[in-house]
Amino acid sequence: MQRTLRRTVLSLRRRWYLTLIGIAIVVWLATRAAHNPRLFAQFVVDGIRLGSVYALVALGYTMVYGIVRLINFAHADVFMIGAFAFYYAATRFHWGFLPSMLLAMLVCPFLAVIIERVAYKPLRDAPRIAALITAIGVSFFLEYFSALDFVFTPNFIVFAPLPLKVTSFDVAGVTLSNVMFLVMGVGAFCLAALWYIVYRTKLGKAMRAVAWDKPTARLMGIDVDLVISFTFAIGAALAGAGGTLYVTLYPQIRTFLGPMPGLKSFIAAVFGGIGSIPGAFVGALLIGMIETLSSGYLSSTFRDAIVFSILIAVLLFKPTGLFGEAAKEKA
Amino acid sequence: MKKPRVRFLGQGWRFWLAVILIFLVAEWLVMPRMTGFRNTAWIMFPCIMAILCLGVNLIYGFNGQFSLAQWGFYGIGAYASAILTYRYAAHISYPIQGIVLRLPPLLQNIIPMAEITLFHFDAAKSGLLLVAVLFGGLLAAVVSLGFGYVVLLRLGSDYFGIATLGFSVIVQVLLINSDKVIPETKGARGMIGIPQMTSFFWAFLCMVLALVVLRNLIYSSVGRAVLSVREDELAAQAMGIDTLKYKVISFVLGSFFAGVAGGLYAHLYAFLSPIYFDFTKSFDPLIIIVMGGLGNMTGTVIATFLWAFTLEGMRIWLPQGFEAWRFVIYPIALLLLMLFRQQGLLGTLELGFLRAPKWPRKAAQSAPETGTAVNLAAEEGLQ
Repeated sequence: MQRTLRRTVLSLRRRWYLTLIGIAIVVWLATRAAHNPRLFAQFVVDGIRLGSVYALVALGYTMVYGIVRLINFAHADVFMIGAFAFYYAATRFHWGFLPSMLLAMLVCPFLAVIIERVAYKPLRDAPRIAALITAIGVSFFLEYFSALDFVFTPNFIVFAPLPLKVTSFDVAGVTLSNVMFLVMGVGAFCLAALWYIVYRTKLGKAMRAVAWDKPTARLMGIDVDLVISFTFAIGAALAGAGGTLYVTLYPQIRTFLGPMPGLKSFIAAVFGGIGSIPGAFVGALLIGMIETLSSGYLSSTFRDAIVFSILIAVLLFKPTGLFGEAAKEKA
Repeated sequence: MKKPRVRFLGQGWRFWLAVILIFLVAEWLVMPRMTGFRNTAWIMFPCIMAILCLGVNLIYGFNGQFSLAQWGFYGIGAYASAILTYRYAAHISYPIQGIVLRLPPLLQNIIPMAEITLFHFDAAKSGLLLVAVLFGGLLAAVVSLGFGYVVLLRLGSDYFGIATLGFSVIVQVLLINSDKVIPETKGARGMIGIPQMTSFFWAFLCMVLALVVLRNLIYSSVGRAVLSVREDELAAQAMGIDTLKYKVISFVLGSFFAGVAGGLYAHLYAFLSPIYFDFTKSFDPLIIIVMGGLGNMTGTVIATFLWAFTLEGMRIWLPQGFEAWRFVIYPIALLLLMLFRQQGLLGTLELGFLRAPKWPRKAAQSAPETGTAVNLAAEEGLQ
């Protein structure tokens, strides 16, 4: 961590113009904040709220990429299925918020493991593009199959009775709501749980070993296939939680809702350095804040263009992302 | 010593005769037998898509750079050329009366038309279309030169793919907001009133030209350098190849193809909408080139036609009430293809004139200096 920081400072000293641009942005934001501090605080809070949802989805992308080097495009649609599982549990079975979310977090891993076993596992030694095209195919299949009339229908469904009452309250002029605390709480809890699994359990150690060097991990007696399936399952469970929170924030649901938040989460993972778990979380919070700030202060229609321009700029100056380790980027 | 032969773009008269024959068969025998909608969806649109896919294949299949930006350049080319013709097409006209041939009734059984016209076209409008399409292609090329140089310098593999995906998203957002600068595009509502000028002739001509240009490029020294970057970048550098230069060359040429395809697309359906240039569609060319086989020109063209034929055909073949299933069947077919034939439909098999030419050994040795494309082609022609 400290080494990364020192390296960043060094590279900033070398590229002084970058520092200038950064200072300009900070000064500009500060003037806007001084102009109307409440509005600024509101944007930041909304950004963190949105970023927490992205973070949950981004973790799935970053773990899967770290372990099998695959951009798992189907992850966004697993996220969508999680949202639908939550919707059906909440509106048809009249379950409460927490049981519904747990159902979503159970359905998604099953789906993800089935996808992994059927579609990705046979292609593990194939060229990477084959797995990528397969991922795109699975994504299409999930979207269009679930859009059929007897499955979920292709229309927007308004999430009418939300399983929890939204109460908003004012704190020093900033509107907060219980949903926001819920989103941030679930996000923080999932991150803590993930951190525990990855860094404090044997399975997590196996995951890191497989991500580092697959053949050697297999020689050491690690069941690589099991570990990979487990990684997909954890990522999907987080995506299920993310889908739940996403439709709680935006109570409108559709089978094609996946790709855009999925893409944002993915670039959040890239932003933080793909393969790095804290990087994904920080990147997601940053992307969420960039989104709300740019749509608030600049233009809401140009929001996506601004987010992606910043992504490209960051990649150009730090090709492995903010927390990415250059050493991990092996051929 | 053989007599010098007539050659155009490195191809002999037999090749161009075959091209004209294929064109005439499609134009006179096949197209009048189908409705206009199917002509567009099954014959003209795949020609245009093939140009785009050949460009993507040059970048990903031959040069190994995973790029999703071509969909954005397709959009740039489409809008740029559409704006040009939207403004000027109504004001200019210079019709040329061609030859009109009345067909005898016996021949009408084969060619289902009462009369056929030859060289009957509007010179000014065709010229404008050509200029507009070239403008679209060149604009895409210029933008891609800037973008490609900056991004390719720093990024490789997946990160390059993500940056190019970001480029496609940015282009779409700019197109949605384009009506603030250029009111004709009408932003998110979609651009209507583009003159419908792409005929089968133009689509087919551009596809053949793109194919020939790509083939000539691949089997030249530039092409070998481009291939070497895909095979092993480090080794290529060690052999003294400026890898960045060849990456940029293939990226710019691929983007030029994408821009040209966009220009033709705009004048085919006479309607443009930013929704069509959504990033989720940017995978279509990628899917097509993988279907046909990476780095396989024959495969790309065949796969494009197969892709368009089955996707559009399923609208007709699927029973009533099951039309929505076509995007369920399509990914399943894709999955099966990837599971059982990862190298694509054709693998590395090239057909016809797209096969690697067999250079005579002596010619290669006695070639002056380096065997550039022009030298080698000229030598082979002179023998």
